[in-house]
Amino acid sequence: MMHANPDLTMLTTETGDKRAMENPEPDNASAAMVVQGLYKSYGAQRLLNGIDLTVSSGETLVVLGRSGTGKSVLLKLIIGLQKPDSGSIRVHGEEITSANREAVNNIRKTMGFLFQHAALYDSLTVEENVAFPLRRHTTMSAAQRGDRIQELLAGVGMERELKKMPSDISGGMQKRVGLARAMALEPGILLLDEPTAGLDPITSREIDELILKLQEERDVASIVVTHDLHSAKRIADRIVLLHEGNAVMEGTFDELAGSDDKFVAEFFKQDS
Amino acid sequence: MSDNTRAPSRVTGDDAPQLMSLSRSAFTSIFLPVNGFLEWFGELGIFVGQVIRAAMRRPFEGRELIRQLDDIGSKSLPLVALAGSAVGAVLALESRYSLVRFGARSMLPAAIVFSIVHEMGPVVTGLVVSGRVGAGIGAELGSMKVTEQIDAIEASGVNPYKLLAFTRILACILMLPLLTLAADFCGVCAGWIADTLADPISFHKFLHSGFGGTSFSDFLAPTFRTAVFGLIIGTIACFQGMRSQGGTQGVGRSATSSVVLASLFVILADVILVKLILVFFP
Repeated sequence: MMHANPDLTMLTTETGDKRAMENPEPDNASAAMVVQGLYKSYGAQRLLNGIDLTVSSGETLVVLGRSGTGKSVLLKLIIGLQKPDSGSIRVHGEEITSANREAVNNIRKTMGFLFQHAALYDSLTVEENVAFPLRRHTTMSAAQRGDRIQELLAGVGMERELKKMPSDISGGMQKRVGLARAMALEPGILLLDEPTAGLDPITSREIDELILKLQEERDVASIVVTHDLHSAKRIADRIVLLHEGNAVMEGTFDELAGSDDKFVAEFFKQDS
Repeated sequence: MSDNTRAPSRVTGDDAPQLMSLSRSAFTSIFLPVNGFLEWFGELGIFVGQVIRAAMRRPFEGRELIRQLDDIGSKSLPLVALAGSAVGAVLALESRYSLVRFGARSMLPAAIVFSIVHEMGPVVTGLVVSGRVGAGIGAELGSMKVTEQIDAIEASGVNPYKLLAFTRILACILMLPLLTLAADFCGVCAGWIADTLADPISFHKFLHSGFGGTSFSDFLAPTFRTAVFGLIIGTIACFQGMRSQGGTQGVGRSATSSVVLASLFVILADVILVKLILVFFP
């Protein structure tokens, strides 16, 4: 891991040692996803400066950081929507950065992505949105597909809104449907981009509970990008804090919240 | 010559930076648009390559293609029919005066049919579809782009170049000739109505006189020329929509630029294709 701030490097090393004893990092061989030395720049601006991450099955990794630090870009690189300048991303052992489009599409089928604003297809109903990946990538009959859609939407409490259009439901409901769509192919990895952004505290809590429920029931590895510290506290097994393109600190919520580093303390101040 | 050679020495003082800045701004004002145009063409080429590559692979998105055929074809029909009718009626009213003046009144049906089938029908259809479909596709795909729906399609392992672009382009290619036939038919009918109101003539006689000197090949080349218009409209509208940036303003820009560029290239293509048709079908 690279560090822009020498003070943070020292702090991270100390905290990292402590965390390594308490929460050993997942073994790379058995990890659901391994990101190594990931660099990404836009023009002269370097957004990601050698990021290393490892996530194992059943684990929820929360990525925190200020706006514009490349958190959402990190997720888009992982799912292959953008290409990194250099670095490696292995999903279930398969390298995505050098794979051709067909191979990338096959890897994508093992991942579910919840976009920041849900990104539901606005010309399709709630039911058709969830049916989209099933129709494309499975050989289910219409009846089987119907049952699966019911099951997925019941899982997020949206089974009564089947025929509604995305524009007719609230932002929180759209996120729920987005989550159901992301889970449609039973992915091993879930990428969630600000799942609680713009939602009221009650709806945020409900979304968090859904994520925890999905994690518990299906043992998925999740990477959650968020600004919401309450949400991070509820769902994170581990937290990575990005700053100026570097993963400056990694640990549990309590470890990061207890840090006396200036930047980390400032970031976690609102929660104290 | 000597004045010219002395001139720079007179401006080496205070005027020199101004001249430098003027020449720099002149260079940028020429270079930037040319560079932007070449960049746009390069990106269009890459886009077309991606669409062709995507089109070669299964599945062939038949369901989406049918939806687009309906959207682009049958929903454009009323507007195209109206535009064709208007052109036919105006053509009859305008031509009548000139032909009667030169004692060639009997040539009026042939003049109307020939003008509509050869030029007015295809061009009017191309421009009307550029406006309706170009704006529609540009705005729809632009909106999908800025709301990350295209990313969501890609993230779910589906190729958006095939699902969104190829189906729309193919639908445009297939529907334009059919819409042109509809515009031609409405134009001829409206031409007859306008003609018969001024000087009654039976529809049968009008058609017999109008199509008397024409052969099947007279229809073929002009009508199928509009398949190229369809290719242009579909490709430009999809390209402009899928590269949309910057929120709702970006969507508006995509829709406008789709219509403007598609119309412009349809007109340019018309000139080139007319020349080619005259060469190959003299």
